[in-house]
Amino acid sequence: MSILVNSDTRLLCQGITGSAGSYHCTQMMAYGTNLVAGVTPGKGGQVFNSKVPIFNSVKEAVKETGANASVIFVPPPFAADAILEAIDAGIELVIPITEGIPVRDMIAVKAYLDASGARMIGPNCPGIITPGQCKIGIMPGHIHTPGRIGVVSRSGTLTYEAVGQLTALGLGQSSCIGIGGDPIIGTRHIDAMKLFNDDPDTDIVVMIGEIGGSAEEEAAAWAKDNMNKPVVGFIAGATAPPGRRMGHAGAIISGGSGTAEAKYAAMEEAGFHLSRSPAEMGKTVQGLL
Amino acid sequence: MKIHEYQAKQILARHGVAVLQGHVVTTAEEAATAAEKLGGPVVVVKSQVHAGGRGKGRFLGDVSDADIQAVLAGAEEVPGKGGVRVVKGAAAAAEAAGDMLGKTLVTKQTGAEGSKVNTVYIEAGCDIARELYLGVLLDRDVGKVVVMASVEGGTEIEEVAEHNPELILKVHADPITGLGAWQARELAFGLGLTGAAYKSAVKFILKLYTAFMAEDCAMAEINPMVVTGAGEVVALDCKMSFDENAMYRHKANLEMRDFDEEEPSEIEAGKYDLSFVKLDGNIGCMVNGAGLAMATMDIIKFYGSEPANFLDVGGGATEEKVTAAFKIITADPAVEGIFVNIFGGIMKCDVIAAGCLAAVKEVGLTVPLVVRLAGTNVEEGKKLLNDSDLAVISADSMADGAQKIVNAVNAAKGA
Repeated sequence: MSILVNSDTRLLCQGITGSAGSYHCTQMMAYGTNLVAGVTPGKGGQVFNSKVPIFNSVKEAVKETGANASVIFVPPPFAADAILEAIDAGIELVIPITEGIPVRDMIAVKAYLDASGARMIGPNCPGIITPGQCKIGIMPGHIHTPGRIGVVSRSGTLTYEAVGQLTALGLGQSSCIGIGGDPIIGTRHIDAMKLFNDDPDTDIVVMIGEIGGSAEEEAAAWAKDNMNKPVVGFIAGATAPPGRRMGHAGAIISGGSGTAEAKYAAMEEAGFHLSRSPAEMGKTVQGLL
Repeated sequence: MKIHEYQAKQILARHGVAVLQGHVVTTAEEAATAAEKLGGPVVVVKSQVHAGGRGKGRFLGDVSDADIQAVLAGAEEVPGKGGVRVVKGAAAAAEAAGDMLGKTLVTKQTGAEGSKVNTVYIEAGCDIARELYLGVLLDRDVGKVVVMASVEGGTEIEEVAEHNPELILKVHADPITGLGAWQARELAFGLGLTGAAYKSAVKFILKLYTAFMAEDCAMAEINPMVVTGAGEVVALDCKMSFDENAMYRHKANLEMRDFDEEEPSEIEAGKYDLSFVKLDGNIGCMVNGAGLAMATMDIIKFYGSEPANFLDVGGGATEEKVTAAFKIITADPAVEGIFVNIFGGIMKCDVIAAGCLAAVKEVGLTVPLVVRLAGTNVEEGKKLLNDSDLAVISADSMADGAQKIVNAVNAAKGA
């Protein structure tokens, strides 16, 4: 078991013929992900890597292949439209990797998403992986190993750092989910925590946050009353100055809110096991076993 | 992307939001002409810098260091003249503008280095009956645009939120139907407005929301929004910034970028698509990924030093980008050591190692350099570093790297 994706996931990729899309689809296929279709409007009928059929629309791809998840590598000006197309075609899990989608576009997407039954991970995210079964996104597959630790983080490489530490200590992962660094995202920390809490094959969760917004506080408040598994927490950006955007569009302390200090306090209040140094995430998990 | 008050007001005027008449000037002579054109009993001479708190700001060289410190601490009463002045007549306007232009204004928000005043806005005076607050921005928690209003105009909204949160009224715009007139009415009535002022405010609120959406703003704040003696609602000040992800569809707004308001090293980094923020510490960092870059800053602090910058080289860094990053980091005289922390995913460690070596050869290296590599092709990368004759210190983990750079810098200082 795991959360959201496994060996039964039937993935399609929107933007499969672009440079990022084709590179990462090749990597995902090599990992063993069941990539059943690609979509590039105007290139329907072609075949990707001599194996994966390409369609003109998501609707057509779903009808022909039974795809139930979509990973999106479409450039920012067209990404919101691609997300809407996937939701409209009945895709259950939509994962836009694209960085740089305008906020105004995402406000509309979120409203559409909330009214549908679909789930979105991202945008501006590394994706999700269930080690040994299914990799959807841009993370390096080889650093992961199957196991019972769940990982949720906004960032890409910081997630890899956590996973690298766990794997080095012989601690495998159930699923690792990068929820994205934008101000408006589909799956938030709290949603990932709920999924891990309900997953019988996850024993401990590593929750990695960063400055900006209040998603970590929200997740901690929920976990305080509802989480029945230990959580290890780390927040990036304790040294970030207020008012400056730290790479991610959402990583900014504004008006005194969104500080690392406030997030650590909320996690402490919820009984999380804090890793104050980013180098101690794996060891903190190990200490709980 | 931030813009100046006068630019924001041009945008507001285009969308039918009520603003006062004004002229942008860059010399004292132009200020006199502008004041004459505007007429009226008084005009307002306003320094154009991106930071807020201009009225209570003071100019470097005008007042003592202690007074500048008081400004930075947010003191209410500081001797000397501020960055916004109400004056009578053309001669006084020229004198005030001439006094501001070319000087550096320090406000609570600029930091001690302040901002140089290159332009001044001469605006018509206004008969103020009430000062209110109106702001439009994204509410991240619900993923909707929120319009906030308050009777506490002229005060920073963060302060109101902290001390009198009940004085902030909020309505959320529906993503599909937009801001309803009924919501604008709710805010206007909530502010205690009646008659002409009420009608004027409803129109003002709706038009400001339209402008916010049409221009892909990140923030549009009118503080204060004033009610005049005649019951007109107008924007006395305006702070506006844009969503940087949406600039591709607003080429004209992109022209409003003022490079003088930005850190030169950050402008240089932007040319190479590097995400860079200058900080005050002594250890330069080069990292891939924003989250790991922040965590790297944190771990440097954890081991007792301070980061000199945030730098995310991105997922597909080339040798050219790595070299540019090195140049930017080493150009900062405060940098006493460099920590490269790479977790290779898409990026291959051998490529980054080769890039580091090439950069060091080109740029030269006068400070200790610690490189930590992990992930894709890590062994090939480490071999490249170890086989080179350059004094690169290799680290096995993030903690190991952070300790090594902090120790190396301290040792170099002690020697």
